[in-house]
Amino acid sequence: MFANLSRNDWLLFLGFSIVVLISPWTLTPFGAGYPALLQKFCIFGIFALGFNILFGLTGYLSFGHAAFLGVGSYAAVWSFKLFTMNVLPSVIFGIAAAGLFAVVIGYISLRRSGIYFSILTLAFAQMSYNLAYSVLTPITNGETGLQLTLNDPRIIDNAFAAPGAGLPQTNLFGIDMSGYPGFYFCAAALIVCFFLTMRIFRSPFGMMLRAIKSNQNRMRYTGFNTRPYLLTAFVISGMYAGLAGSLMAATDPLAGAERMQWTASGEVVLMTILGGVGTLVGPVLGAGVIKYFENIFSSFNEGTLHAAFAFLPVGLETVMVKLAGLFVGEGWHLTLGVIFMLIVIFLPGGIMEGIARLAKLAGIKRKPSHADMSAGSAQPAE
Amino acid sequence: MHFDKMNRRGFLTSTAALGAGLAMPTIFTSASRAQEYCNMPTGDTVVFGFNVPQTGAYADEGADELRAYELAVKHLNGEGDGGLLNTFTSKALKGSGVLGKKVAFVTGDTQTKSDAARDSAKRMIEKEGAIMITGGSSSGVAVAVQGLCNEMGIIFMAGLTHSNDTTGKDKKRYGFRHFFNAYMSGQALGPVLAEEYGTDRRAYHLTADYTWGWTQEESIINATEKLGWETVSAVRTPLGAGDFSQYITPVLNSGADVLILNHYGKDMVNSLTQAVQFGLRDKQVNGKDFQVVVPLFSRLMAQGAGKNIEGILGTTNWNWSLQDDASQAFVKSFGEEYGFPPSQAAHTCYVQTLLYADACERAGTFAAPEVIKALEGFEFDGMGNGPTLYRAEDHQCFKKALVVRGNDDKQSEYDLLKVVKEVDREALTYDASIFGGDLGPNEGKSC
Repeated sequence: MFANLSRNDWLLFLGFSIVVLISPWTLTPFGAGYPALLQKFCIFGIFALGFNILFGLTGYLSFGHAAFLGVGSYAAVWSFKLFTMNVLPSVIFGIAAAGLFAVVIGYISLRRSGIYFSILTLAFAQMSYNLAYSVLTPITNGETGLQLTLNDPRIIDNAFAAPGAGLPQTNLFGIDMSGYPGFYFCAAALIVCFFLTMRIFRSPFGMMLRAIKSNQNRMRYTGFNTRPYLLTAFVISGMYAGLAGSLMAATDPLAGAERMQWTASGEVVLMTILGGVGTLVGPVLGAGVIKYFENIFSSFNEGTLHAAFAFLPVGLETVMVKLAGLFVGEGWHLTLGVIFMLIVIFLPGGIMEGIARLAKLAGIKRKPSHADMSAGSAQPAE
Repeated sequence: MHFDKMNRRGFLTSTAALGAGLAMPTIFTSASRAQEYCNMPTGDTVVFGFNVPQTGAYADEGADELRAYELAVKHLNGEGDGGLLNTFTSKALKGSGVLGKKVAFVTGDTQTKSDAARDSAKRMIEKEGAIMITGGSSSGVAVAVQGLCNEMGIIFMAGLTHSNDTTGKDKKRYGFRHFFNAYMSGQALGPVLAEEYGTDRRAYHLTADYTWGWTQEESIINATEKLGWETVSAVRTPLGAGDFSQYITPVLNSGADVLILNHYGKDMVNSLTQAVQFGLRDKQVNGKDFQVVVPLFSRLMAQGAGKNIEGILGTTNWNWSLQDDASQAFVKSFGEEYGFPPSQAAHTCYVQTLLYADACERAGTFAAPEVIKALEGFEFDGMGNGPTLYRAEDHQCFKKALVVRGNDDKQSEYDLLKVVKEVDREALTYDASIFGGDLGPNEGKSC
């Protein structure tokens, strides 16, 4: 099973795992070392990794991946409500539900490629969002969001122990899933997902997907039926999204319809492009950057700015605060937009291309591996 | 190392190393639990978390709430003119911070989305050490954040949330609401409707499809049917629909003579404007003038609806035109600070902050279980709504509510609502058990 991985791959995997596991300490100086944000890094890292399997390898740009995230969340919360507060069944339940949903949507959407595929997936996601928002209210609790209540059945838990006072916490065989234990659970999932993605990238199946990206017609002429490969890739990436969704529910047992909104689908596209399409580590980096901006920059208010520019003379300080105030607080989208523009214009291969260029400048020679060949050349299929 | 030929020993050493790595952080987390309760303030400041919508449909309200919070912090720290501290009947607060600590604050953007709101609340609790979270301008968000705070053992002082569920079905031990609710709107509005429009009316409801809309529709139907009104139909509309014409056309042919809009914010502005454009208010049905009623009003919404709101009846929690000392004091210090009068959202948020600070001062500690005890059953006055009770059974405030009418004789650009009637607290009080729900235990939690 480990045959396709080179020594470099193993080093990358080891390095990645270490970086993820020590992030609570390394990220503290940047103000990001608290469990809720670290969990988000891992969860959206998984989401972006899965998205990259589809977009990075086959070039099929799905604009509706948030639907799978939402389905995973709802399935997980229902597992908490009906069966048990243990997170393992909920994660399995979430992955399975998202996978099934992906089979249905993929089967229909993959009949088209390019922009038509994107529009189809967008339409399906928007449909799911509206269903969750209003029509399916008994299942999704509409805009309010699905939450745990005191009188949920929780069959399995209640069979073993009498329910205590207050709402139970999500747990992994007794370990509370909020705070740092929750982060380590998500981190473990991220590491496993990273490993699986690496395996897919290096496998003949991954090669097949890349071939679809480079020229699908040629593939068909040589006698390959591309549809099953595409559908498999679509379902796998849907399951990654389902896992991410169920982890969101595991660390915070609530599922809201806005998780399925098109902006959420767009966000994962941004993450992947920002980090580097078709690279292994890029999407995780992109997810981290976007979540960091969302959480940290949006929390700066005028008080923080005044403190930051306190060393300047009074008049200049006010001007600087006014100016910088545009880019923080509610203006964090603006900062993100500027960074995104700069990266797309100057580093089309995303952050990973930037890192590669830096490495080149520093004179480190790297053997180009096949993962990097597709970097910077994100083209739609056909 | 040859990973492709993984042997038993190699496997054992690597998994052991990984396991040790995973277990290591528990040392650190157990050490950090030495504090007695979640986010116990240790320095000379105490941090409040203000979680308001800064982007999206309720951004106007959020901005006004934030202004009120900043004003409240100033007054607590003894800056400015002291505002409602001078009229508040509890004199525990001296304008020198809370329990000798200066009040600092952190802010977050809820984006009017449950997820984003819980994210920013978590950040404020886990990273910035907020001892209390307050804010919100949507019942969905308030219910979601209240649930989170209850889990983490942090007190949540709800801002603008009008759904019965917040202190009904979804009430929580750690959540408190000063704002009134849909049930009270129904009770307050009913008698005025009967007086103005008679007891023989046929009502048609358009309702925003989420927790607040559902409970308001239910409460208003109950109140109006008690008067003898008939409910023709109650139609749910998606939130943020923008175009309501497809929902308004059927009203014309339904035989209804009153349209009740259970909409808020931009939705209400749109649906009301379209109803007026369709000529509903000029029609005669069943020999009576057709009427439109908007049960929950705010001044900011009235600004959006412009002339269309004139003459329309509704309710609000508070309005800046009230003449009692407390309301005047608040309008004065808010006006001096920002140059315009506060909205009802600003008022409730300001009051909630003061009430929390006062409860800490009276309890002599920031420990949540003690503060909760100090708030439960607390009776006070001098906050702009007359004598008020924080009921222990459901953490809902009971006080006066206002029935208002869109003003057609404006003295200034902010003079949009005319108070028709101040409804006494007795008329609005209900049995705490009618909405179900359970507060849960009052136990200390460490986060």
